[in-house]
Amino acid sequence: MKTTFLDFEQPVAELEAKIEQLRYVQDDSAVDISEEIARLQKKSASLTKDLYGKLSAWQISQVARHPQRPYSLDYINELFTDFEELHGDRAFADDPSIVGGLARFGSESIMVIGHQKGRDTKEKLHRNFGMPKPEGYRKALRLMRLAERFSIPVMTFVDTPGAYPGVGAEERGQSEAIGRNLFAMAELRVPIIVTIIGEGGSGGALAIAVGDIVQMLQYSIYSVISPEGCASILWKSAEKASLAAEALGITAKRLKTLRLIDNVITEPLGGAHRDHEAMMQIMRKSLQEALASLKRTSMDELLEKRFERMLGYGKFRAND
Amino acid sequence: MSWLQRLLPPKIQRASSNTRRAVPEGLWSKCPNCETVLYRAELEKNLYVCPKCSHHDRIGARERLDLTLDADGRYEIGAEVTPMDFLKFVDSKRYKDRLDQARKDTDEDDALLVMQGTIKEVPLVCAAFEFRFLGGSMGSVVGERFVRGVQTCCQNNLPFVCFAASGGARMQEGLTSLMQMAKTTAALTKLSAARLPFISILTDPTMGGVSASFALIGDVIIAEPGALIGFAGPRVIEQTVRQTLPEGFQRSEFLLEHGAIDMIVDRRNMRDRLANLITLLMRVAPA
Repeated sequence: MKTTFLDFEQPVAELEAKIEQLRYVQDDSAVDISEEIARLQKKSASLTKDLYGKLSAWQISQVARHPQRPYSLDYINELFTDFEELHGDRAFADDPSIVGGLARFGSESIMVIGHQKGRDTKEKLHRNFGMPKPEGYRKALRLMRLAERFSIPVMTFVDTPGAYPGVGAEERGQSEAIGRNLFAMAELRVPIIVTIIGEGGSGGALAIAVGDIVQMLQYSIYSVISPEGCASILWKSAEKASLAAEALGITAKRLKTLRLIDNVITEPLGGAHRDHEAMMQIMRKSLQEALASLKRTSMDELLEKRFERMLGYGKFRAND
Repeated sequence: MSWLQRLLPPKIQRASSNTRRAVPEGLWSKCPNCETVLYRAELEKNLYVCPKCSHHDRIGARERLDLTLDADGRYEIGAEVTPMDFLKFVDSKRYKDRLDQARKDTDEDDALLVMQGTIKEVPLVCAAFEFRFLGGSMGSVVGERFVRGVQTCCQNNLPFVCFAASGGARMQEGLTSLMQMAKTTAALTKLSAARLPFISILTDPTMGGVSASFALIGDVIIAEPGALIGFAGPRVIEQTVRQTLPEGFQRSEFLLEHGAIDMIVDRRNMRDRLANLITLLMRVAPA
């Protein structure tokens, strides 16, 4: 797969193009230029390292939305076995922008749920660009209740621009669907592990992101409103998205400092999309550790901790 | 509108937004819906509901609790909790300055006011949003006061009532504001486990993070007539679906029709209906 480079990666893109060219030349050339290629590759890697060492919040947003970034189904298919996808909310429809079902993680039964974006235009439309409607959240809730009844831990993958702002979605109770999930997840009697893998877009993300462990990939974002949305309201211009991204504090590193998430999962050099295989190994290890740590704690204790954590959100002055 | 303003040619007159203020400064006020000019004292006596067309004007949190609770035995909950600018958030203005301004405009410290009291002698905790305080947006203080109100209910076996009026989560507190959605609903799980009712009253407007957390999961959900209630704002939806929205979309009547709320109650009957619902739910005889 040819890597799609982002605007700020242009220097790397140029180097990679050159390397590609040299490779092509080498194939039908008597002169050995592999040394030159190796040198350029090293340069490309170090350049990438430099670039990614000092990404702005807005640049990280772009990486989080990279079209080649692994999506929920990529993780499900790679890290889980015997996946049985479960469909529908039993009331209105099946929402393909949230996928979920039973699967094995190692030898363990897991209820895995995630937002799903599409790769090509057709799939993007089918998945509604990963923007769920009420039936998506209600399907997720149904699966979580099912998991609870059979004592099966829940793992969620969060990757959505936000809940879908549409007429039908409002008619069918988008707000209620999200609120109901928050309520249910606060008291669900099975461990919940949440991983933000790309975009954590506001309430649409939170509706499957309440849990015992909340972790974020290094170049994912999690925000109360999209940088563009915030910029158009507060700066009266969507062009100021980079300023908004900085001000909102949407990166994994910042949110960890603010103690809103537990872990930051390091991504391969240049982002998860550059090396899916390495990303999968890292994710497997991280989920294994998360699951193991939760299994050491009793459910009552987990619930208490989950509740304390949720009630602890917020910074204010208190004169009491 | 004063007589002087009335004499001025229309070009010099202030924009209409000025006449739409919830609490008009002058002696007279014009209904934003039917444009009837009303004597302010009369409007006030009518709980800011237009006597001609029943348009419900927005009212402040303190007035709301005044209209709802009995005059005696009220205690404010969570007043000791006040906001801070922990992200050092700056857009066209500093968040700190926005807070100062809002404080000056409203005489409140933040967008939620919570009181323990009684309604027709039945004890309860009642919360009300102050929409004029940064659009009633929910940040850390709103979340904390809400939770303290709910906790008071759990400790004293009281029902919880909340009048929502909010544009959603407060952007200037970033993701922490989003987490207030989780925080408020988490608190409600304890109220529910204690078998105490949560009555949610939606007033104009109830949007975004407030509607998508506690507001629409009340045991009983009431709306004032004509209130805008929804997840996404109408403009955002219009831009997304590129079609004009149906008449009355996201209004209380639309929500009732779609099964999202239990009832629409006129403000002038709200106190009676609330007291009745609470006594029914708590299985106590009406006063």
